[in-house]
Amino acid sequence: MNRRAAALLLALGALLVALPHVAGSYALSVATLILYFAYTGQAWNVMMGFAGQLSLGHSIYVGVGAYAAGALFFHYGIGPWAGLWLAIALSVLIGLVIGFLAFRFGISGVYFALLTIAFAEFTRIGFDHLDWLGGPGGMFLKVAQRDQIDLANFRGPPIMYYYAMLALSAAALALCAWLLRSRAGYYWRAIREDEEAAQALGINTFRWKMLAVTISSAMTAISGVFFAFYYNNLFPEQIFNIGRSIEIILGPVIGGVGTLFGPILGAAVLTLLSDGITEALAAFGWEIPGIKQVLYGLVLLAAIMFMPHGIWPALARRIGVDR
Amino acid sequence: MSAALEVRGVSKSFRGLRAVHDAWIDVPQGAIVGLIGPNGAGKTTIFNMVAGVYAADAGEIVFRGRRIDGLRPDQVCAAGIGRTFQLVKPFAGLSVLDNVTVGALHRAPNVSAAKKHAAEIVERLGLGAKREQPASSLTLPDRKRLEVARALATRPELLLLDEVMAGLRPTECDQMVEAFREINRAEGLTIMLIEHVMRAVMALAQRIVVLHHGEVIARGAPGEVVRDPAVLGCYLGEETEV
Amino acid sequence: MSWDLVVNVVIAGVLTGLVYGLMALGLSVIFGVVRVVNFAHGEMMTIAMYATVMLFAALKLDPFLAVLPVAAAFFAFGYALQAGLINPFITRPEHSQFMLLLAVAIVMVNALLTVFGPDARNVQVDYQLESFELGPILFDRARVYAAGAAVLATAALFAFFRFSLTGKAIRACADNYLGARVAGLDVKRLYALTFGIGSICVAVAGGAMVLLVDVTPALGPYYTLLAFVIVIVGGLGSMPGALLGGILIGVSEALAGLFIAPSAKSMFSFGLLILVLLLRPQGLLGKRP
Repeated sequence: MNRRAAALLLALGALLVALPHVAGSYALSVATLILYFAYTGQAWNVMMGFAGQLSLGHSIYVGVGAYAAGALFFHYGIGPWAGLWLAIALSVLIGLVIGFLAFRFGISGVYFALLTIAFAEFTRIGFDHLDWLGGPGGMFLKVAQRDQIDLANFRGPPIMYYYAMLALSAAALALCAWLLRSRAGYYWRAIREDEEAAQALGINTFRWKMLAVTISSAMTAISGVFFAFYYNNLFPEQIFNIGRSIEIILGPVIGGVGTLFGPILGAAVLTLLSDGITEALAAFGWEIPGIKQVLYGLVLLAAIMFMPHGIWPALARRIGVDR
Repeated sequence: MSAALEVRGVSKSFRGLRAVHDAWIDVPQGAIVGLIGPNGAGKTTIFNMVAGVYAADAGEIVFRGRRIDGLRPDQVCAAGIGRTFQLVKPFAGLSVLDNVTVGALHRAPNVSAAKKHAAEIVERLGLGAKREQPASSLTLPDRKRLEVARALATRPELLLLDEVMAGLRPTECDQMVEAFREINRAEGLTIMLIEHVMRAVMALAQRIVVLHHGEVIARGAPGEVVRDPAVLGCYLGEETEV
Repeated sequence: MSWDLVVNVVIAGVLTGLVYGLMALGLSVIFGVVRVVNFAHGEMMTIAMYATVMLFAALKLDPFLAVLPVAAAFFAFGYALQAGLINPFITRPEHSQFMLLLAVAIVMVNALLTVFGPDARNVQVDYQLESFELGPILFDRARVYAAGAAVLATAALFAFFRFSLTGKAIRACADNYLGARVAGLDVKRLYALTFGIGSICVAVAGGAMVLLVDVTPALGPYYTLLAFVIVIVGGLGSMPGALLGGILIGVSEALAGLFIAPSAKSMFSFGLLILVLLLRPQGLLGKRP
């Protein structure tokens, strides 16, 4: 990283830490959402951007993480700090099962992507029939109070969730930066570019792909726990939906797959875009259902067509920092 | 000289098509052995069996006294065999140095040691000026060099070279031959190479094995082999690059 | 539970499955030749369904007549989509193609929502209430006609690929891209033609499907997933495989709806998909890659 990049990163960090003291509550909720997608996109990026394994079913890890921690709290009053470990353990287990089956049976590319969708959809419908977790009617976590910070149960005002997400995003960025420079980063990128050549260089590709799945699913499970305690209601239809998986990957794809800042930039651009469209439409009085998503889709289309490598690589060149 | 690699009566068929039949090849420790033959003779198939890409239908492959048939490609690499691909497979999105670093990591304790080793090899193969370029921007001769550099970076005891001279200009070819000679002499690296460019094989190989229709039809010193009537017969009508 | 009921449900499943099969055939043909997975396939299907419904509402045109102009329009649409939008993406990585078609799908499904609203639409023709009887077994007339149209369109497609010069050229393209270019085939045009043909499959399947279900914009993503499941089960790129997959999924959906719960029906489909991917990743009738 060059000096200019370090300075920019420091400035961005300072801005984000100071934000809650200048921004209103609406802006804070938007910022929290951006950080949520930045973090989750970073997690997906480990699997696809680094190791080249296209997952279109990451909602399974969010959902399982959210339901694991949510159920412990709902049924037994066990707080999220313990639930987190169950969430991670279950998500990683599912990731390893999918990974083992796919990689051992030589499933890759489009087929792997479809396998991940199939597992997510299978789980969604399965959760619809699990009455213990509320079924299609949903599971609702008790919202006791919102004014004081109760860290043990992760209950508190919006600012607490904002800082939690900021800390997670920063940690994810640091972890990914370290991973990319480590042995794993080199091996993953080799596998992404050409798996056969990677294997000929002594890389046990199965094991390293499994490591990517492990890290990615563990990180995503944490998003799920956050989701459960931030929104306090969980519906299988909502959380496991393929639409959620797509939301996760939009940020990194628009920002730049395989880059460190792409997921963050992409999440910011897309969330602000979506918000901007909503407000513009409201200002014009065009509040017809669907029209917002049409515009969003058109912008997405344009971004993919004209910036196939994402916004970050183009921007990084312009402001003169490393990709 | 003891044998580094022994291919003992190996056969391989693809959907009933016989690619290699009962091939016996010895590669002595520290030697450079050339594997030649017309197109479709089974040379690359033998390489792929040694490298663990295909399992042999019959026979054994022994490297330094240990059977390696049945191992995966990464295990073969760990056993000390490096290889290049006939159709080069660079990691296109990575820089030249990073490509070679991936290979170097195989025996390096950490990334910085691997980078240092990789930088030396990149330099040695004449890619130093291009080390920060992405591999996708390289010309074909440079991609061939990168292929060799990456394999060398794994510190192999035996290097399998699959047509690394094809498409090179004669001067580039001579440079490459010189580089292999140097590595062979200085480090005792054993080399088995598939090559159509006879100029390179004759200059490099101490022994040549000739394959035709999946069978070994001749073997010996380069001078003898090229005068062998069976060898001349199988090349008749084939265009040989000289 | 009586056997009559089970037999009736299975037959309905087979007939619906043939329409599914035709829809999936479009996806399979496009993937087999252009090597692009059309993630907007189900959304295109719903557009065809709305088009049929609109023609019926405006002109009282029977869906089986409406299918002709819709199919023609879809051919042109598919051709233009491939030639204009997708062609620059055929050499790009899979996730890039996926995102492109996903954006197309998002625009399509929401354009339908904007124009038609979220409520279900349908057509009402008199033969929807009638059925053929064969002893205790009932065949819905509408379902039989829909399946008949699907079989007809499939047969026409098979004949096209087997006997016509263009069909043969497209197959050559699919087998060997480089060879086809060397032989002087205009690959770009053939790709666009293929996408157009795949779109005709969708148009006909959509026209037939409005006789069986009410259409809402939300059906789009569901049909996309369904089409994937079918072609993976049958074998991506295999034409008979798409039909077989369609029938299998049609029957498994119908049986799951009968024995378990209608809401669990796609769980069976996805379960089948996972099994096939693991045990026979090339699909039941697919060739090993």
